[in-house]
Amino acid sequence: MEKYTLSVLVENHPGVLSRVVGLFSRRGFNIASLSVGTTVDDTISRITIEVEGDSLIIEQVSKQLSKLMEVIKIKTLPENEMVKRGLILCKVRVSPKTRGEVMEIANVFRAKIIDISPSTMTIELTGNDRKLSAFLDMIVNYGIEEIARTGMTALERGANILKLDKNS
Amino acid sequence: MKLTGAEMVVKALENNGVKVVFGYPGASNCPIIDKLSFSSVKHILTRNEQGAAHMASGYARVTKEVGVCTATSGPGATNLITGIATAYMDSVPVVALTGQVTTGLIGKDAFQEVDITGATLPFTKHSYLVKDGLEIPRIVNEAFHIAGTGRPGPVLIDLPMDILKAEYDYPDDEPEINIRGYKLAGKANESQIKKIAEAIKAAKQPVILAGGGIVISDAVDEFRKFVKDTDIPVVSTMMGIGVVPSSSPRYYGMIGSHGARRANMILNRADLVLVMGSRLGDRSVAHAGGFKSNKKIVHIDIDPAEIGKNVVPDIPVVGDIKDVLGQLAPLVSSYRTEPEWIAAADEIRKNATREVETSDTGYVNPKYFLQKLSDKTNSEIYVSTEVGQNQIWTANYFNFTTPRSLLTSGGFGTMGYGLPAAIGAATAAEKPVVAVMGDGSFQMDLPELGTMCQWGIPVKMVLFENDRLGMVHEHQYLLYNSNYQAVDITGSPDFNKLADAYGIPNSIISENSEIDAGIDALMGAEGSYLLVVKVNPFEPTGDSLNENRLPKKEVQ
Repeated sequence: MEKYTLSVLVENHPGVLSRVVGLFSRRGFNIASLSVGTTVDDTISRITIEVEGDSLIIEQVSKQLSKLMEVIKIKTLPENEMVKRGLILCKVRVSPKTRGEVMEIANVFRAKIIDISPSTMTIELTGNDRKLSAFLDMIVNYGIEEIARTGMTALERGANILKLDKNS
Repeated sequence: MKLTGAEMVVKALENNGVKVVFGYPGASNCPIIDKLSFSSVKHILTRNEQGAAHMASGYARVTKEVGVCTATSGPGATNLITGIATAYMDSVPVVALTGQVTTGLIGKDAFQEVDITGATLPFTKHSYLVKDGLEIPRIVNEAFHIAGTGRPGPVLIDLPMDILKAEYDYPDDEPEINIRGYKLAGKANESQIKKIAEAIKAAKQPVILAGGGIVISDAVDEFRKFVKDTDIPVVSTMMGIGVVPSSSPRYYGMIGSHGARRANMILNRADLVLVMGSRLGDRSVAHAGGFKSNKKIVHIDIDPAEIGKNVVPDIPVVGDIKDVLGQLAPLVSSYRTEPEWIAAADEIRKNATREVETSDTGYVNPKYFLQKLSDKTNSEIYVSTEVGQNQIWTANYFNFTTPRSLLTSGGFGTMGYGLPAAIGAATAAEKPVVAVMGDGSFQMDLPELGTMCQWGIPVKMVLFENDRLGMVHEHQYLLYNSNYQAVDITGSPDFNKLADAYGIPNSIISENSEIDAGIDALMGAEGSYLLVVKVNPFEPTGDSLNENRLPKKEVQ
């Protein structure tokens, strides 16, 4: 199964997310990741959804989503023509001996160290799937105490934007 | 102008042309019930909210208007659910108004509180929980617009009691409907329609599969002309029954597991199938792969999501059937189906149709009864059905000559639909309404007889009595080695005495030779009438699933 990225503009109303997410579970579609936030126009939110499936499933997902009154616009972002990022906050176990090594790894990934205690260090990293998992592969041996990660969020490259006409 | 929330609801109903609301009162929708009494809208009290939802749906099917029902919060609202889901599956426009507990109590598990917008999310076209009374006029207008346009469906509005009671300044201007996430299908794509025309011209054995979309689109006249001009054989889904008269020489019956064998055979032999306004549900097309083999599929539907959902077509067309037929007809004006294919189809019809038993056997043959009912009424009636054998017998043996004359729960298969749907239809119908029921399904919404009597709504009831849940009984015969479990409904009342108790005239017949007299009494009665028709518990449904099977024997 492949992963597709849908960018969905929706009305910024309470309950919209439950309509969208409910539709996925009801119709047996799989959400790999999801992120939501308001846009410049605060009446509109953008939901970025990574969906697992084949092209027929993705077509069904978009058509079914389109039927929701609060969904204004949907686009399946072209895999090679988008920028996609997620964020990880990772609390790593450190000792005076390993602290330097962990900081070096963080530097290699251009991650930020945003909190520190005698026994831990919290690292913030932004990137695409590959970068995030490469980082985690490097850090896992030191002991990850806790991790929080967002869903992926994405925009199309170049000048293309999602306009507010659902059928275009 | 100062108006309460409830007054705004009622005013908006009037503005949307509502004449009747089917409902049941309770504390939280009482403000609406109260204000309805001062309006031009009639409120018909039912005996259960489920009946109200089905009545709104029956009303909508015959009038082409949006049906309206109302219920109180909590159990009142949840009782509507089966009716709302039934309307959703058959694309029937219904607006449901539910009362809700006061705003401050929402989420506190208050008395009679339920999250009804949440509960109905999967089977409403849209729903609203009103949080600001000033939004009521806009929301009600939007609800009617959404319910009745495009692919119709039910819309629910949940109205907290405090908002219904509070006063607001009514807006000077009628709120405009502008839902940016709801765009109706435009003109169908011209180049796709050209592709259909080419496919038709190249076809040797074309078949039209007609669905309910043709009825909803009001394209029956255009469709009949198209069939007459091209002579393409027609089969239909259950929802498409009546788009051409069942007795038409070019109509070969309903397809699917409960359809006619001839219709399925002709569909399978086709080299081109024009699917019009059907979602190709599993009861119509059980195996998409088998359906597609050796043929080209054209799928026309107003709902893009239906195209490719169950069957991936060769030529997809999104659009309103009326528009598509308007564009397509001139492109195929010179096309005429080859007589060899018509002859082959007629041959299949001849060989795959069974004779109907008409002599006396100690029971009435329901298939013969339904043929006689068509003949004697000249098909000028509405027929509602319940779900079970009664539904399939009606679909396959009554001669439907006009669209919208079969009211049946095709998609959801809701027992208990037929009686209230008939009552709802009869409040507005210009022709008599006949409810065809089994003794199992009749008892699901039987209390609605009280509604019928209270409001003097005439419904001609045909009750096929076999003391069984006939369709499941047959299912257990065919698939569970005749281990009949939970299908015996001994304990049912004497239905004639029951009708007497309601003051409904009635009679009973048990031989084919009594059919004429029975139908005369049924149709001749001034108002409602109950005709009990005794049928053999082993009477086969007589559809594709069992047409080739051996006659049945009772196994004790």
